[in-house]
Amino acid sequence: MAGAAPDSGTSAETTYRSARVPLLLPTWLVIGIFLILPVALMAVYSFLTKEMRGGVIWEFSLAAYDQFFINRGLFGDEPPSLEWTYISVFGRSIAQAATATTLCLLIGFPTAWFIATRPPATRGVWLFLITVPYWVNLLIRTVSLRFLIRENGPLNDALLGTGLISEPLAMINTNFAVQLGLFYSYLPFMVLPIYAAVERYNFTLSEAAADLYASRWVILREIVLPIVKPGIIAGCLLVFIPSMGAFLAPNLLGGAKNFMIGSLIEEQFKRSLGNWPFGAAVSMILMSLVLILLMLYARSMAKTEAR
Amino acid sequence: MNNAIDIRMVTKTYGTVTALKAVSLSIMDNEFFTLLGPSGCGKTTLLRMIAGFEDVTQGDILLFGQNIATLDPNLRPVNTVFQQYALFPHMSVIDNVAFGLKMKGLDLPTRTARAGEMLEMVHLSSFADRLPAQLSGGQQQRVALARALAPQPKVLLLDEPLSALDLKLRQAMRMELKQLQQDTGITFIFVTHDQEEALTMSNRIAVMSAGHVQQIGTPRDIYETPVNRFVADFIGETNLLEVDVASIAGDRAQVILPGGHAITCSTATHDAGRHHLSIRPERLTLVPLGAGMEAVVDQVIYLGTDLQVLVRLDGGTPLQVRIQNAARTQVPAPGSRIGLHLEEGAARLLAD
Repeated sequence: MAGAAPDSGTSAETTYRSARVPLLLPTWLVIGIFLILPVALMAVYSFLTKEMRGGVIWEFSLAAYDQFFINRGLFGDEPPSLEWTYISVFGRSIAQAATATTLCLLIGFPTAWFIATRPPATRGVWLFLITVPYWVNLLIRTVSLRFLIRENGPLNDALLGTGLISEPLAMINTNFAVQLGLFYSYLPFMVLPIYAAVERYNFTLSEAAADLYASRWVILREIVLPIVKPGIIAGCLLVFIPSMGAFLAPNLLGGAKNFMIGSLIEEQFKRSLGNWPFGAAVSMILMSLVLILLMLYARSMAKTEAR
Repeated sequence: MNNAIDIRMVTKTYGTVTALKAVSLSIMDNEFFTLLGPSGCGKTTLLRMIAGFEDVTQGDILLFGQNIATLDPNLRPVNTVFQQYALFPHMSVIDNVAFGLKMKGLDLPTRTARAGEMLEMVHLSSFADRLPAQLSGGQQQRVALARALAPQPKVLLLDEPLSALDLKLRQAMRMELKQLQQDTGITFIFVTHDQEEALTMSNRIAVMSAGHVQQIGTPRDIYETPVNRFVADFIGETNLLEVDVASIAGDRAQVILPGGHAITCSTATHDAGRHHLSIRPERLTLVPLGAGMEAVVDQVIYLGTDLQVLVRLDGGTPLQVRIQNAARTQVPAPGSRIGLHLEEGAARLLAD
């Protein structure tokens, strides 16, 4: 842009340069206060010493990361080995989030496709309908879902009524309930980016492929999916990342044994059990994992564009 | 004789709108056939029905005798060059060209070799590994052509393929397309609204308007013996005059021009009464007074290769005359009286 040749300053460029700091200030303030500061605070806290009953002592310590990765036995006197407790929580979270993401993709793609192929005038109505449930607080929606799928809830009653099942299905407090909750919470984040990609898709390309002897299935696989892939990947990230850190769905629908990272972190900042440095450390580890995923995504995108 | 395509009483309706009204026409094998007409005349709809992108409401489409009207597009041995090319943006040029061959189940070495030949034919061998977005419009156009020709279709459909190109490129591509059609021996069905394109490339033209075929014929037929007012007006420039028919005998008619002058001309109608007469501006010549009709010069417009002379017959009827802008041409002065001579075949009496 204008900065390409610094010494060829026209009057307009000079004006811009002197106004640069005041113009950029709002951006810096927003990013600084709402992004860098909290993350930095968390990073610092993860290296501090815990205060019993919450809070921190300003004293450098690696105890939080040690607790996460290293097992020294119950009394701290055994030879150190890899601690699996928290890693397995991560593993379970990844599996749950991946399943929820897959569910969202399987339902979200046809939904997005359906909306994007309606006449332009009615697309807005469909998109509006998709967003309607999100006017209700996530907590309320999750509690409602809990009510819906509980042992003597409406869903089981209906199923029993139709005679499809003879005993109520145990849906609540299962992995399935958590996946369902995550799916329900984040479905629009899958639908919207895919919708945007499909809406831009030039359907003449499908005609061209059919003209060149491709069947419907081949058109989908060879033409449509590669072209709308950025939308699919964006949707998957938008569902997967918050699912990893979610705590409402696992807490309310999953019960104690379906513990996920979000719940683990939440526990650390509750007054009674508080271990702030450990909570901060788990958050940092989660964020690093997500950043690695995002970098892989950015890289694959760059590769696609370079082709 | 075996026809490449037979359109039999094909009708297309969208809800209450009728896009094509019982159209019938036959296209011969190895022919460069053009569907010509203004936008909304149904020419693209007809092409898309041959390709299989639009359902046929009524009627049959025969491809070398086989009815294909209800076949899915991927089962029809015809290929299309799309108006905006519709190249697959995520595939390299060579993969685009090889796509149809891949779908036909040819193995990789065979299809790569064939696609390579196709690229050579359109002079794009050095661009094989580029993406479509890295090519100019003219180059993309040629890739689209190579892609559609690679599977050796029985009929190639071209949907206004030159309309997105600039004038110079368009003119060069006309020659290339014509050459390509002759070299490959494939039947081309070309859709355009550009009459100059149609006249320069086609073996035969179907002029369409409002869902009907108005006239089918060679470029010369269409231009020189239009059957009705629409065709005469749409193809080239013409003077349309309302005249009284004095007598009709066979395909000759005697008509009275405004101003009282009587001339003999060919006719597309056999009904007496009042009809339109088409007089091509370039078939009128300016002559010294006393030899033929008389007119007053209104205005002379300089067009470079030609001069357009606007004249007025006695009685006030305006006519335009085209004369060559040669060195020896005497430019008539506005306001002067001149003689007008109609060359043989200059005028044609039209049906409405």
